[in-house]
Amino acid sequence: MKLGDRLIVVLLAVSGLMLTASPYVIDTAPYEATMGLVQRIFYYHFPMAMTMMLSAIVCGAASAWFLFRRSERADHIAVAAAEMAVVFGVLTLITGPLWARKSWGVWWVWDARITSTFIMWLVFGSYLLLRRFGGAGSEVLAAAVGFFGMVLVPFIYYSVNLWKTLHPSNSVVPSLPTSMGIPLYYCWAAFTLLFVALMSVRIRLERSRGWLERAYRAVED
Amino acid sequence: MTPAVDAAGGACDFSVVGVDRVSKHYGRRRALARVSLTCHAGTITGLFGPNGAGKSTLLGLLSTLLKADEGRVCYGTRTAGEWGDPLRARVGVLGHDLYLYGDLTARENLRFFGRLYGLEGAALEARIETALAGAALSARGDDRVSGFSRGMRQRLAVERALLHHPRLVLFDEPFTGLDDASVRRLAARLADLKQQGTVVVMSTHDLDIAEDMVDSAVCLRNGRIVEIPAEGGSLRERYRAAVGAGE
Amino acid sequence: MGVLKAAWWIARKDLAVEIRSRELIYTAMFFAVACLLIFAFAFVEGRTTIRNAPAGILWITIVFSGTLALGRTFERERQAETLRALLMTPVERPAIYLGKLLSLLILLGSIQVVVVPLVGLLFGAPILRAPFMLMGLLALGTTGFATVGTLFAAMLTRTSSRDVLLPVVLYPMSLPALVGGMQGTLWIFAAEPNYELVQTWLAMLVFFDAVFLTLALWTFAPVMGE
Repeated sequence: MKLGDRLIVVLLAVSGLMLTASPYVIDTAPYEATMGLVQRIFYYHFPMAMTMMLSAIVCGAASAWFLFRRSERADHIAVAAAEMAVVFGVLTLITGPLWARKSWGVWWVWDARITSTFIMWLVFGSYLLLRRFGGAGSEVLAAAVGFFGMVLVPFIYYSVNLWKTLHPSNSVVPSLPTSMGIPLYYCWAAFTLLFVALMSVRIRLERSRGWLERAYRAVED
Repeated sequence: MTPAVDAAGGACDFSVVGVDRVSKHYGRRRALARVSLTCHAGTITGLFGPNGAGKSTLLGLLSTLLKADEGRVCYGTRTAGEWGDPLRARVGVLGHDLYLYGDLTARENLRFFGRLYGLEGAALEARIETALAGAALSARGDDRVSGFSRGMRQRLAVERALLHHPRLVLFDEPFTGLDDASVRRLAARLADLKQQGTVVVMSTHDLDIAEDMVDSAVCLRNGRIVEIPAEGGSLRERYRAAVGAGE
Repeated sequence: MGVLKAAWWIARKDLAVEIRSRELIYTAMFFAVACLLIFAFAFVEGRTTIRNAPAGILWITIVFSGTLALGRTFERERQAETLRALLMTPVERPAIYLGKLLSLLILLGSIQVVVVPLVGLLFGAPILRAPFMLMGLLALGTTGFATVGTLFAAMLTRTSSRDVLLPVVLYPMSLPALVGGMQGTLWIFAAEPNYELVQTWLAMLVFFDAVFLTLALWTFAPVMGE
């Protein structure tokens, strides 16, 4: 096994172990009286939302790089990151309503943060749809979507915030008591590691596919 | 873009146009595989081959619209990227689809494209009249193209491609829908272009018509160049020998 | 020949084609009116329109008919591959984008000349309450929508499933422009109008349009490059 492959295995193992251990770490956090057990979803919800953001930014940057430099590597990173954004987006959008049900009494609330996440999810979903159904050459078109999607983030946040605000504000995280902060940062680190690990696997797959395509063409020649 | 476009385009070197070990693929499908071809000023190169052999792709690469995955396309000593936008001012393309607006008249079509190629005023109008005469459409210049027959459109499309006096002319199936008189006129037009030192590359199925016109014949099959034997009867017979009887 | 001049020629050509066939203006306008009819069944209770519904009705109608017009303008350029022909002229790529954008804006503007008074008439929206602000919102919101739409419609002309992919890509992408237009209009039409908020939305729209127009001009060449 090459060094890179070994690193991927290590990353996967570490993030897997960290996530397996995470319930125990979360259990050390104090029990929140008003929200009860549901409050603990937050320790997954928030890191997953942040991972989605990270994926979106990585996808946008890689798309821009691919668009202007036509680097195949950048394209591999962009697809991988777009898939991550959609997957972590779904997870965020599932865990969010669970929280909302307890907190506000309804499954879905059109509050600023949920709506923004939903829009971002749609943007990167359309990136994947374009790649899947756009035919040959669609990677360039998808790159434009990825790039525009990244630039769109501040506009979405600003306009949706102006539209309405119900969600606990950004200042919640830094002001958390340490007993709650430690499990949160622990989970955040675990999810970020998982992101890096999955990205490496996915990029590797994309690269092998590129090799395979070239091999096919070489055989035909 | 400045009025110098014409001059700048004129400065581009079209003494020789060549593709060097060029490959192009769409997904897994190989459209061209390491094709090399050199075309000199004042010659007509014929591209032959069955459907899907890569003729249109090769013309697309020469027109700067497609980019090769491997290899270089050179105009003189430089590539399209090195020449930049002005290079396109000196390339004339007749595509399989005719590049004409059906809801505009013949004259409006020519005027619109003429302007985009940097022509203006009386010079443009004069060229439009010459072009309409060349297409034998002087009387129908103010009729909409959508009412034209395929042959009339084809004739107009040829003139549209040549309106800006290109130095590199790329024709994809120029004889489609033309009657005998029009074919003879197009042959004469090609002879003129050759005289003026233009590089002409055209693809066609019509081997009998093309035989007397082309200076060199190139046969493509499955994205590769197949040698056409120099000896052995008419172009059609030699082509058959090269491509195989099945085609 | 400047970029703007070439863009103007392309726009003028589009308008000449449209004036001759009148296909788009008739169909898109008829479609818009049909949309209004459907909204009537959703948002009219008894004899009055549900509060705050007219702003949404107006903008959704604009977006739907706009999508139709976008798809069709580029379908026209695809019929005889004239978009390829445009890309083969020595004209700089941004000029082609600007020309298409300009003709589309004129077309969408003329549809709105009919749709906006109709919304006022049929749903009792106070369209004359702040006419300049409303016009500003319509102009900027439509520009934002068309800026993104022209880029994506142009690049999708080459793909086979462009009809479904265009709205899929365009709606989330142009959302800030639509939210801005819709919310701004809402605050004009509201029982207690809030012009300060309208101005905030106008400013957001100016910013959105500027950023996305710049980006579209910048990315048009690499996207259409092949």
